[in-house]
Amino acid sequence: MSTPAQMAGKAMQQTTVIPRRNPNDARKERGFAFLMYAAVAIAFISLAALMIQIASDGAGALSWNLLTNFPSKINPATSGVKSALYGTVYLMILTAIFVIPIGVGSAIYLEEYADRRRWFNRIIEVNIQNLASVPSVVYGLLGLAFVVRGPLSLERTLLAGAITLGLLVLPVVIIVAREAIRAVPPSIRDGSLALGATKWQTIWKQVLPGSMAGIATGVILALSRAIGETAPLIVIGAAVSPRFLPDGLNSEFTALPVQIFAFSKDSDPQFLQLASATIIVLMVLLLAMNSVAIYLRSRFEQKW
Amino acid sequence: MVAAGISVLTTILIVLSLAKETISFFSDVSIFDYLFGGKWTPQLAGDQASFGVVPLVTATLYITGIAMLVAVPLGLLAAIYLAEYAPTRVRKVVKPILEVLAGVPTIVFGFFALTFLTPEVLRPLFGTDVSQSNQLAGGLLVGLLVLPTIASIAEDALTSVPASLREGSFGLGASRLTTSLRVVLPAALSGVIAALVLGASRAIGETLVILLAAGSGQLLPGTVGSPTEPSGSMAAFIASTATGDAATGSIAYETIFAVGTTLFVICLTLNLISISLVNKYRQVYE
Repeated sequence: MSTPAQMAGKAMQQTTVIPRRNPNDARKERGFAFLMYAAVAIAFISLAALMIQIASDGAGALSWNLLTNFPSKINPATSGVKSALYGTVYLMILTAIFVIPIGVGSAIYLEEYADRRRWFNRIIEVNIQNLASVPSVVYGLLGLAFVVRGPLSLERTLLAGAITLGLLVLPVVIIVAREAIRAVPPSIRDGSLALGATKWQTIWKQVLPGSMAGIATGVILALSRAIGETAPLIVIGAAVSPRFLPDGLNSEFTALPVQIFAFSKDSDPQFLQLASATIIVLMVLLLAMNSVAIYLRSRFEQKW
Repeated sequence: MVAAGISVLTTILIVLSLAKETISFFSDVSIFDYLFGGKWTPQLAGDQASFGVVPLVTATLYITGIAMLVAVPLGLLAAIYLAEYAPTRVRKVVKPILEVLAGVPTIVFGFFALTFLTPEVLRPLFGTDVSQSNQLAGGLLVGLLVLPTIASIAEDALTSVPASLREGSFGLGASRLTTSLRVVLPAALSGVIAALVLGASRAIGETLVILLAAGSGQLLPGTVGSPTEPSGSMAAFIASTATGDAATGSIAYETIFAVGTTLFVICLTLNLISISLVNKYRQVYE
């Protein structure tokens, strides 16, 4: 005879509707977890191998001479990347001058003025999304046919390079600037308008300062993309290993990625080492820009 | 506020500058021979030159295929891990690292393939007849290059699935695995596919990795599709041929624009697919 308590327990077991956990589930769960860890590990190990390999290879060729000497095609020991470093810095400044007003202006128009029901505003939006993922080499062709030759005929100059890179990153700048402007809550605008400010005063005194951190971050990230680009500059014909600094907008130029490309095509292992060292210079520059962007984001980010 | 017009102007300029040279290209080479011709030897002189783009497109898609074999499983698993399994602390560290990695200049990847992957890994594995530029190295590195992009965008799509769906699934007694694969992944499917399409479009348009690691697009007969031989891609062909020296109006100059048009149309189609997918998945949850 079983006690009433035991009988009650048995009844509960029979009427329960929650299925037992299948022991296979735990095994599948562990298997999948293993796959996921493996995927993340493979990705990070290969990317780490890439960094370490280049860093250890290039460290030997890293010296002040690399930054202060002009490139040499004959003697790797005295070859440097001075002209490429200056070219990259000039390109970055010119691209910023070109892209910031146009990019931020477009973003303000699209967020604050454009009526989304109008067909041309919708076309502009889809168009910007599309432009952001056109291959960079196609921008090189645009630069070659339109800026270097054809209508603008600027020849293979610093200005032509900056315009090409500017067109390349313009969609990215517009997209991030729009996101930053959208993050400013409508109540700020309403408050400003209610106090009698005009639409333009509201944008200039409230919306833009409120979104400045986001815009600055986006612009810096876009510029760091611009200075890492090689293909468009090769296509428009950046100079190979010039032994002079650009002395104006109409001067020929080269840039760090183009110099890396020129070094890495050489069969002499010493030039390959120079290429690694130049990659370190470029990566340090990019990391510095990224750090500034992250600092700006954390320091000036507005919490509404 | 005419500034916004610049973006439209850019597109028009791209189309015009591509179209002008492409049209004069097709006055020299028939459009039928270009689109369906099976022989790509633009480097040869005079009558020897043949401009059938099929092998070049095949080579591009072959390398993209290798790249996607690497990037899709790794990228998706990493995205599911970050979105569904990883503790917030891990995610806060890994996500920015992924975004920084997505911004590493592509020439760095190409250089790595040329100086390390091919001589130090592939040659010991597959023998010394692995060519200095080969499609396997190019494909693997392009895969590694688009991996962070795919992982990051797919993770965004998975994270935007409302928590109520997960809670409902857990409430019905489903395990974490079942919830991730049968509930969250299908709910975010259009966003995830958009990430893959975007990754593929980046891989197809990638220039420097392929130019350094896989070849310049001057195809030798019988090399396309054999992983240890060099080939190239449309983008690599453009960058290697257009070094700023080709004279305006020459056949070489016109050829790069014809190939550029082909590349632009392929990428545009992929982007439009991706955009329409993203819009579709936005409509579901917002």
